Amino acid sequence: MELFGNLWLGLQVAFTLQNLTYCFIGTLLGTMIGVLPGLGPAATIAMLLPATFVLPPIASLIMLAGIYYGASYGGSTTAILINVPGESSSIVTALDGHQMARQGRAGPALATAAIGSFFAGSVATLIIALFAPVLAEVALKFGPAEYFSLMVLGLIASVVLASGSLVKALAMIVLGLLLGLVGSDVNSGTPRYTFGFPELADGIGFIGVAMGMFGIGEVIRNLENETTRSSLVQKITSLMPSREDFRMMWKPIVRGTALGSILGILPGGGALLSAFASYSMEKKLAKDPSRFGKGAIEGVAGPESANNAGAQTSFIPMLTLGIPSNPVMALMIGAMIIQGIQPGPQVMTGKPDLFWGLIVSMWLGNAMLVILNLPLVGIWVRLLRVPYHLLFPAILVFCSIGVYSLNNATFDIYIMAVFTVLGYVLVKLECEPAPLLLGYILGPMMEEYLRRAMLLSRGDPMVFIERPISGVMLAAAVLAMASVLLPAFKKTREEALKEE
Amino acid sequence: MMVRNTKDLLSGLFFVACGAFFVLVGQDYTFGSARRMGPGYFPTVLGVILVVLGIVVTLRTVKMVPKDESEWAWRPLLINCVGIIIFGFIVRGAGLIPAVFILAMISARASARFRLVPSLLLAAGLAVFSHFTFVKGLGLPFPPFGTWFGY
Repeated sequence: MELFGNLWLGLQVAFTLQNLTYCFIGTLLGTMIGVLPGLGPAATIAMLLPATFVLPPIASLIMLAGIYYGASYGGSTTAILINVPGESSSIVTALDGHQMARQGRAGPALATAAIGSFFAGSVATLIIALFAPVLAEVALKFGPAEYFSLMVLGLIASVVLASGSLVKALAMIVLGLLLGLVGSDVNSGTPRYTFGFPELADGIGFIGVAMGMFGIGEVIRNLENETTRSSLVQKITSLMPSREDFRMMWKPIVRGTALGSILGILPGGGALLSAFASYSMEKKLAKDPSRFGKGAIEGVAGPESANNAGAQTSFIPMLTLGIPSNPVMALMIGAMIIQGIQPGPQVMTGKPDLFWGLIVSMWLGNAMLVILNLPLVGIWVRLLRVPYHLLFPAILVFCSIGVYSLNNATFDIYIMAVFTVLGYVLVKLECEPAPLLLGYILGPMMEEYLRRAMLLSRGDPMVFIERPISGVMLAAAVLAMASVLLPAFKKTREEALKEE
Repeated sequence: MMVRNTKDLLSGLFFVACGAFFVLVGQDYTFGSARRMGPGYFPTVLGVILVVLGIVVTLRTVKMVPKDESEWAWRPLLINCVGIIIFGFIVRGAGLIPAVFILAMISARASARFRLVPSLLLAAGLAVFSHFTFVKGLGLPFPPFGTWFGY
């Protein structure tokens, strides 16, 4: 079996002392920063990215992946303990998890989240190992027209499944694409939109954009209403769920895993949609739906499994197609490019050690999370109590040093300041920054594929429709857009994404 | 209270301005043809799309929405960005330790709960911690004190 050979290769890579260490450091740092109030996974990764650039590519990706699940899990911890979801996908966890905590069952709630996440993570890792090669095989046959259409579909789908105004999200994508084009044109070498700044010849620094919009932008948002933060942390008496708890949680965990694994592959789906979908499914299936919102353990087990499965399988489009489905994956792609790896189907064939090493380390990272989180929960609780006004100057310092250290260029620091302002103002105008980041990452690639496709077709745009795979993808993109405008779907979308 | 959606109006105008900017500046670059696209082709097309989307957003502002009470954190935004920019200006000349100290002190003022002594301690702690983590630990080539101090 090829799969076992591949997994064996992955095991050999992941189980080197170096990679084990970075996987551990990644999950530990990710959890540590993820539990700090007001820092979600995207902000955590943006902040820690520069620290990984000194590492070899495999170790850096393993560490970043570890930071990602660590931060996601940290977000659930804050959701349960203080009702502050670290990220949008833990909003659902907070509903019943925090209620459990208030009834003195914080320990079992945390344990349920950990067990569910671990199970979901293990299954999703296996799914990646099974399906990523198949998808990459297909993707290797893609020509420029297919890639262009795929990116269109990916970008459209990511805004259809996200919340908020569709037109604004589309505008943010286009603005992101345009910002991505700044720098020297690949074909002619013409500097575009650089206004004589030699620093812009290679484009607007990715790290500055990401840190400004997601790292420091979030700090400013947290400073809007400082006084409302509740610092009341529930006591944790015992961690172990009872036999009864186990009996009630296993089915939601299995269902959540299945749901999350499927939804995670969809662009824009990922963790958030999975968690919401799982919560409403459990509520529908429950014998007594009125328990939900009052500390039902299924309301923690299902969504937590679903969001972890979704977070994991969202690596599939990123690893096989080079298409980010959410800001975190956009950051991963940015990290790969900085490491000199062009994401896409050729990663798996060209760098199998990196690909399979990363996959095996995902499973290891999930195992470490369980081992790490349950005994260390006391420390996380103490971190939760760090007052924000002492925390954010440290975030600013680390972001500034990080962005500067990448190229020793002070210009990148100014870029970060500019995008902090831009990101904050746009958020206040109810324009989500995530689509902009996705567009920014895909901009140069899209232009390149468009040019090649049109060159091959001698300037005939029909090529995008006539080639079957490309045509189907564009049709899917149109359908996705049209469905948002349909009243029936619009209502469901609003309901599904409504924060309860 | 219901008001006109000024957020849509402002963001719509912002998109129109950005799109127009990319189109206008893009006219300096070769446009090329559909078959052989020049460096100006894709940005111009995207710029036009952005202008159109911006107009659509702007036109929706006639819709009435509930008045939004959330406040703008102008002061934290300004103070933090000034802190970052000053950090950029002095990190080479003054060195890492003074730059970190000053950035931490400036940004701490962004909080309503600013108090001098804890902030001084925090800034000093961060400066020392940064030096040991980033310079000693990760081996980044930042001098602790820069040329302004005769290093």
